[in-house]
Amino acid sequence: MAAKSSFKNMTLCLLTICLVCSALLALVSHLTAEPIADAQQKKTKATLAQVLPDFEKAESEVVSMDGTDFVCYTASVDTSVVGYAIVSPVIGFGGTLELMVGFDDAGRVWSTSVLSHNETPGLGANCTDPSFKGQFDRFDPAEKVLQVRKDGGHIDAITASTITSRAYCKAVEQACRVYQVLTVKEESHE
Amino acid sequence: MSKLSIITKGIVKENPTFVLLLGMCPTLATTTSAINGMSMGLATMAVLIFSNITISAIARFIPDKVRIPSYIVVIATFVTLLQLLMQAYVPDIYETLGLFIPLIVVNCIILGRAEAFANKNGVVDSALDGIGIGLGFTLALTLLGLVREVLGSGSLFGWKFIPSEYNILAFVLAPGAFIVLAYLLVLFKKVTK
Amino acid sequence: MEYLFIIISAIFVNNILLSQFLGVCPFLGVSSKIDTAVGMSGAVCFVITLATVVTFLLNKLLLLFQITYLQTIVFILVIAALVQMVEIVLKKISPALYAALGIFLPLITTNCAVLGVALNVVTKEFSFFGGQPHLFNLAEATVYAFATAVGYGLAMILFAGLREHLSLNKVPESFKGVPIALVTAGLLALAFMGFSGMVY
Repeated sequence: MAAKSSFKNMTLCLLTICLVCSALLALVSHLTAEPIADAQQKKTKATLAQVLPDFEKAESEVVSMDGTDFVCYTASVDTSVVGYAIVSPVIGFGGTLELMVGFDDAGRVWSTSVLSHNETPGLGANCTDPSFKGQFDRFDPAEKVLQVRKDGGHIDAITASTITSRAYCKAVEQACRVYQVLTVKEESHE
Repeated sequence: MSKLSIITKGIVKENPTFVLLLGMCPTLATTTSAINGMSMGLATMAVLIFSNITISAIARFIPDKVRIPSYIVVIATFVTLLQLLMQAYVPDIYETLGLFIPLIVVNCIILGRAEAFANKNGVVDSALDGIGIGLGFTLALTLLGLVREVLGSGSLFGWKFIPSEYNILAFVLAPGAFIVLAYLLVLFKKVTK
Repeated sequence: MEYLFIIISAIFVNNILLSQFLGVCPFLGVSSKIDTAVGMSGAVCFVITLATVVTFLLNKLLLLFQITYLQTIVFILVIAALVQMVEIVLKKISPALYAALGIFLPLITTNCAVLGVALNVVTKEFSFFGGQPHLFNLAEATVYAFATAVGYGLAMILFAGLREHLSLNKVPESFKGVPIALVTAGLLALAFMGFSGMVY
């Protein structure tokens, strides 16, 4: 039956188990590092394709605005820029609501996509529905107001989820401001 | 005990959710839809089978006093393996289940089976026990998820057949989890009696 | 001010038991009497706060060596060891407290609330006051852990009170025991849902 519980036995046993286990994990984590990175990249790519017009390659950079860093992607065909995508986190109803907002080169919102959210299922979580999300496609912030109708804007809020809808607008609006910073920076480079 | 009965007792007589009432946290938290419940059940089953096999194989060499920490390390290793593999190959499911994947470590079902079955029985029997209990857990979670999904979001495995106006939202939220589980427990008691 | 928000959010809005479903097993197990519920809550409070501080610091070490894949193993071992240590120290220093909390301590290792909070603090981004989401620093993590544990205790003690009354009532035969407790918990969760959206 079980080995004797002497001090030597116990130490040896725990040591061996820990060693074997951590070695195994190190190996597997090494092996899966690449697939995990691939999976993440694939996901980013798929989201970028959703929120941007057709592009060939996208490069990421970090832009800081008001002391906060935002991840941005510059999409281009050959050498000409066709659009930008900006990751924009805000506070929703149940926690962080993170969007990716795509812009075409004229500064219009091309499309948006929810990266992660903690909204209430069945209510705020409906922000991923095309019926709400679609309102932001080809949205021109120069022509329309990025707020829900209750606040005097042009966006129809999700039924019974005004806070989520407001947060969504705020995220897009924040992305617009980052877009300004980003494009000003690009111009000064040239 | 025949090999088959080891499997079947995990599904009905010793069903971890409905009879033993173990592993309540993932049962309540991850069953917002049938698919989510099933993925959680399968993930737990995978860890259970492998930890049962390993523990039954090495139990002889482990001194009695450090038995529990040794089992915990073995279980945690399999959970982390699962975590890495899911992240790599099924990232979407991994994100939905979130925190509850690492929390499989503290699921009492797994440590419970290690103590009650795996360290006294052979490798084959322990594997079968893992399959049986795992299946029982998966079925229970799928059923709970199914009921909550039908009532709360009007769909079945993602196929929507009741328009949103007639959905009872509370069933997808926290209170629904408790209440549906209570009714399923009662039904299970009635049916098996 | 930010700490106040963390506290309210952790105790009421995102109550660990009723909205995140962590630590349900002991919740159902020891909540039939108020006395035991108070004892368990005290022990959980103590362990969650201590464990979160220790694992938070250890996580820095894991990040430094880039071995975060060992997170789960390290955390659960630390918690198990910590619980064991608290038990021994308490026995020596304060036998009275040990007599009150002692029997609950071994149960806490497999209470997923402890590991859940420890993992949450180092992986999830939080934000309050409309600020940008960020990971907690040590002080925030400690306050969050303590407040979460208080929320756990609150739900548990409330629930124990309800169950004590429940035992005096007539309950249909097949609902006796756990099922009716679950229905009660569901109603309590419904009540706590009223807090949702209050802070964030």
